[in-house]
Amino acid sequence: MVKVAVIQFPGSNCDLDALKILQKTIKVPTDLVWHKDLKRDQYDAYVLPGGFSYGDYLRAGAIAATSPSIQIIREATEEGKPILGICNGFQILVEAGILPGAVLRNSGLRFVCKWTRLRIESTKTPFTRGASKGQILRIPIAHNEGRYYLDKDQLDELERNEQIVLRYVDENDIPTVDSNPNGSLDNIAGICDKKRNVMGLMPHPERASLPILSPSNHPEGRVIFDSMAETLEPSLGGK
Amino acid sequence: MSPATFTLEVIVENKPLARDPEGETIHHNLILKGGYSQVTSVRAGKLLRMKVEARSSEEAEQLVRKLCDDLRIYNPASHICQVRVLS
Repeated sequence: MVKVAVIQFPGSNCDLDALKILQKTIKVPTDLVWHKDLKRDQYDAYVLPGGFSYGDYLRAGAIAATSPSIQIIREATEEGKPILGICNGFQILVEAGILPGAVLRNSGLRFVCKWTRLRIESTKTPFTRGASKGQILRIPIAHNEGRYYLDKDQLDELERNEQIVLRYVDENDIPTVDSNPNGSLDNIAGICDKKRNVMGLMPHPERASLPILSPSNHPEGRVIFDSMAETLEPSLGGK
Repeated sequence: MSPATFTLEVIVENKPLARDPEGETIHHNLILKGGYSQVTSVRAGKLLRMKVEARSSEEAEQLVRKLCDDLRIYNPASHICQVRVLS
């Protein structure tokens, strides 16, 4: 039986949302695990949820990145297990060096909480395989540090390797300055690692996985979790 | 030589090519608006002041540089980090 872990850090606050969506909507067995209690080899996939781990002190995600659980996540990365970092989870993966680059303070210097339109740039990840390239997902963001940054040569490499998974786009599905909510380089909203099993994104798919919480009752975020479930157990996908 | 206490400052700021909207806002909306047109650029950053026991200022500086690298006090992808010995 496959099992997913949602890792809880001091200051996580989207952990229960992710847990409930996985358990009740996607129907994949999932445990909420305190970061100090995580043991090796007990889970098939990991979700690092959103929140403000350690109060965002020093930099968002910087202190959680030193948790012993991150060493276990690092090993799971090598084993090719699916690992999803949402918002603060993305920041933690970047700070741990598991994903490249950095996530800096929003260019508008404000916390931004709004619905965004995202374009799927790659379906070659365990979290987007159920979507189609160019598909649009409406998923909300809620963050103060979401401006994805990395050096130009690394950005070119990311592009070459098809590691850019999601971009913020406008109503015409084009990445524009106005549709970029935080000043991210090249409108990047989500990336994966070179091996493609680790994905980090600033938007919150768990907040767009139930019809009642989504625009026009279309829960467009759940394709991320459905894809993960299908990767783990083909019979779980696409319900 | 017996150990003494040194005070050091660690300054973390964005790399020159990573935009610094806080510094830009302070520059445009406060300093230039206030009439200080001689100021051509502002970069905001983070300052950590540490007291360190060491046998010499060189040793204190080395230790702090090492901890900044080891513990990722700055993110080398986006930041530059300076260490200064104050006393």
